[in-house]
Amino acid sequence: MGTAAIEVRGLWKIFGAKADRIIGSPDATLEPAALRSKTGCTAAVRDVSFDVRPGEVFVVMGLSGSGKSTLVRCLSRLIEPTAGTVSIGGEDVRAMSGAQLRDLRRHRVSMVFQHFGLLPHRRVVDNVAYGLEVQGVGRKARHEKASEILSLVGLKGHEESYPDQLSGGMQQRVGLARALAVDPEVLLFDEPFSALDPLIRRDMQAEVIRLHREVGKTMVFITHDLHEALKLGERIAIMRDGAIVQVGTPEELVGAPADAYVTDFIRDVSRAQVLSLRWICRRPEDGEPLDGPALPASTVIQDAVPAAMETDRPLRVVDGDRLVGVVDRVDILGAVRNTIRATQGAV
Amino acid sequence: MTTAPPQAAPPAVLPPAEIPVRARLPRWVLPAGGVVFAIALYVAFRNTALLPHDDDAPQFHWLNDVRDWIDENRNSSPVFIYVINYIRLFVGQIADLFTTALQGLGWPGLIGVAGGLGWLAGGWRIALLSVAGFGGVGALGLWEPSVDTLALTLTAVVLSLAFGIPLGVLTGRSARVRRVVTPVLDVMQIMPTFSYISPMVLLFLIGTPSAVIATVIYAMPPAVRITALAVQNVSKTALEASDSLGATRWQTLRKVQLPLAKNTILLGVNQTLLAALSMVPLTALIAAPGLGVDLLKALARVNVGLALVPGLAIVIMAIVLDRMTRAAAAGGRRRGPSRWAVGAVIAGAGIALTPALAADFPEDWQIPIVKPVNDVVEWIEFHWYGFTGFVNDSFANWILNPMETTLTTAPWWLVITTVVALAWSISGLRAALIAGGCLGGMALLGLWQHGMTTLTVVLVATLIAMFFGLLLGVVAARSTRFASALRPLLDAAQTMPTFSYLLPGLALFGPGRFTAIVASVIYTVPVVIRLVEDGIRGVPGETVEAALASGSTRGQLLWKVQLPMARRSLLVAANQGIVMTLAMVVIGALVGAGALGYDVYAGFAQREDYGKGLAAGVALVLLGIMLDRITQGADRRPRSRGLQSVP
Repeated sequence: MGTAAIEVRGLWKIFGAKADRIIGSPDATLEPAALRSKTGCTAAVRDVSFDVRPGEVFVVMGLSGSGKSTLVRCLSRLIEPTAGTVSIGGEDVRAMSGAQLRDLRRHRVSMVFQHFGLLPHRRVVDNVAYGLEVQGVGRKARHEKASEILSLVGLKGHEESYPDQLSGGMQQRVGLARALAVDPEVLLFDEPFSALDPLIRRDMQAEVIRLHREVGKTMVFITHDLHEALKLGERIAIMRDGAIVQVGTPEELVGAPADAYVTDFIRDVSRAQVLSLRWICRRPEDGEPLDGPALPASTVIQDAVPAAMETDRPLRVVDGDRLVGVVDRVDILGAVRNTIRATQGAV
Repeated sequence: MTTAPPQAAPPAVLPPAEIPVRARLPRWVLPAGGVVFAIALYVAFRNTALLPHDDDAPQFHWLNDVRDWIDENRNSSPVFIYVINYIRLFVGQIADLFTTALQGLGWPGLIGVAGGLGWLAGGWRIALLSVAGFGGVGALGLWEPSVDTLALTLTAVVLSLAFGIPLGVLTGRSARVRRVVTPVLDVMQIMPTFSYISPMVLLFLIGTPSAVIATVIYAMPPAVRITALAVQNVSKTALEASDSLGATRWQTLRKVQLPLAKNTILLGVNQTLLAALSMVPLTALIAAPGLGVDLLKALARVNVGLALVPGLAIVIMAIVLDRMTRAAAAGGRRRGPSRWAVGAVIAGAGIALTPALAADFPEDWQIPIVKPVNDVVEWIEFHWYGFTGFVNDSFANWILNPMETTLTTAPWWLVITTVVALAWSISGLRAALIAGGCLGGMALLGLWQHGMTTLTVVLVATLIAMFFGLLLGVVAARSTRFASALRPLLDAAQTMPTFSYLLPGLALFGPGRFTAIVASVIYTVPVVIRLVEDGIRGVPGETVEAALASGSTRGQLLWKVQLPMARRSLLVAANQGIVMTLAMVVIGALVGAGALGYDVYAGFAQREDYGKGLAAGVALVLLGIMLDRITQGADRRPRSRGLQSVP
């Protein structure tokens, strides 16, 4: 098809009185702090454009206050954007009427929230079935669907519980199930795991990866945790002060950070775990033996370590049959050392 | 030769010359100077510009004429024929319906139904309390008037909720509605109960409909306010989640907001019930039936024993209805038809007994309390007179009379100027203008002297109540044991209808101003204690730990950390205290506290005094608004200065 699942162009969200007058005026180029002191308005999202491909996991990451939560809410107009276009599945979301928008939310886009947003007075099964209920699906049908989804997220047997009887991780599984129950094309996650303990967070991340593999939805995932972003994201957008600083695959971000901000961001990341051999291979020097083992250029550096340990020859990095370059033990150690230095510096 | 050592000079923002001049004047100079100046003016101009009281003031006559004009046009003006009279008819019929239904149940049936509802609300304990409570009401020998009072109360509550809950939901959901409704509710809450009875009579004549409507006006604000709060407090994420799944506004309201707000709304029902029960007896003043009739009769005769019987009946009903609604509000998720079945069985058992038992509550089961109580009161009067008389007299001679004399002999312009200056310094210009306007209005109504007398009593009572409230509140905040011993008392105090506070003072001190003050203090102190205690306990534990960790003594902790941080609660306590005191001082007219409250009271009794009563009602509202604005601003001012920029 080639059409993007989500297409965002020139999106702005400015909070405050007469916000729409700022766009297009010279004020729009002001830094957020300067804008606030001059006009009293807060620019939460500034001229953001990106595409999300069908079936892709697209991560938006940034520190708190960078506008990422506002951005994700603008996608389904939980927050009304000030300017720009959003289209989902080729349809202009901003042009939709109230009824069309409800229809979009009921069937095509659903969301998982940071603080779960469960309804404490309803049983788990009724929480999960809520989306179907507001669509007007009958009780029996929606409970069947809800039970099915609950077993998909590993909560079989908890249908009759109330949310406050579940642990935080389980509550977020309910939130996830509620979003999945309406069988949407797009799932939006707003920092879904930041309220959870680290171990449970890891489980839930694995769960999302598994679900993505099984149901193959397009996902937009908001997080402030870089490791979560690298783990889940096929592509990552880094936001700062409401604008996107860089969009790319994890490798692109770590290998070629766009500016000092991104560099600072990724300094603790273990390059050997993210980058592939492509990023560190070099031209063979004169007289260097070229009979070492061959590895594909997309091999992650860390995974090349065993091969490098077994031979004293430089490894050949190949792309299909074509030789891209070579790496030897020193190159690999260098990549690992960079990480260690950066980590120590951070501590 | 000395050169000043080089200092890290702060960036000079202001010209340095300006700072010392301002800094040299200590903060107390201006207020102290003002006080001295006011005293000097008082001494110089005492007994001039007095605005003496005149019972035949033209304003009162004019209001009487208005009343007569309305009476003449009652059956010809379309406003009355098509609107007002229909409202009167409609409300009267609902009240009749309730009365007939409750009377029709018979006493065993009503006790059974109460037990069944108690069971549904809170299980066996509440069921037993309800049965015992209503049985007790019967044992007091006032079954019929009690049922009348209950019927009026329920009518008023049903109407209050029918209007109050939807209005509350609207208020909670829309900021625009909130901006209109909140100030109206504020004023309604300040108005002393007496003040809106007279205008009701003007529109709806005396009798049950007026009584119910006045009660609705009094009881509806808590329903609106608490419902709005409940709806507003529903978790924003839950609402967003509902939105994100494409729920309509109506679906979100029905499936998310209302269920989540339900328990809080039930607390609003509870408050509305108690307010109504506190108001209904007073409407006996405008010929509503029920316990109020017996109560007013007994109070007029200063017969404590006779007043205690209807008083107790109302208190018992208040306790039962309070516990019932609170248990319902606290109730978690209990389901199942068996609960309903048990409730129905209890109610059914009572109803089934009705035909079998005598129609009237058996006389053998009635407990006579009038005589023993009056014996005790007489004994107190006889043996303690030395003490109570001494307290009463010395209080009057040393505190009340001098203050009253000062206020009533000061020229009116001096009083107004002083109040305006005071209001300005505490709450800013707006409050000062409102306060000045209110006083001016009182003067124009021809009730200046009576207003000053009432103001004296209110000020004295508030000061006493604040003193005890602060003291006990601080103790309660610091000693958990004391607090838990106090809690049942405070809970009981919140349930008691207003007039019941008059009885202890009446028993000890007889009728008069002092009894009204005692009643106000007992009425106000529990609320002040609670606010002070909550305020001090609300100081974050970490802050207290930080203060202790830096070596503060308990006294330093209190003065330097807890009280300053509880400032807001203390100011709210002062505001609440003063408004409550005013409400009680007015009711004190029933036991002979004079001035404005008595003017209103007399307006109900004497046709020719109606105008004065109506004017006094308005004057009371003005007094209430004035006192409220002066104290309320003190709490608003720092917030509006510091945090306004936060969106």
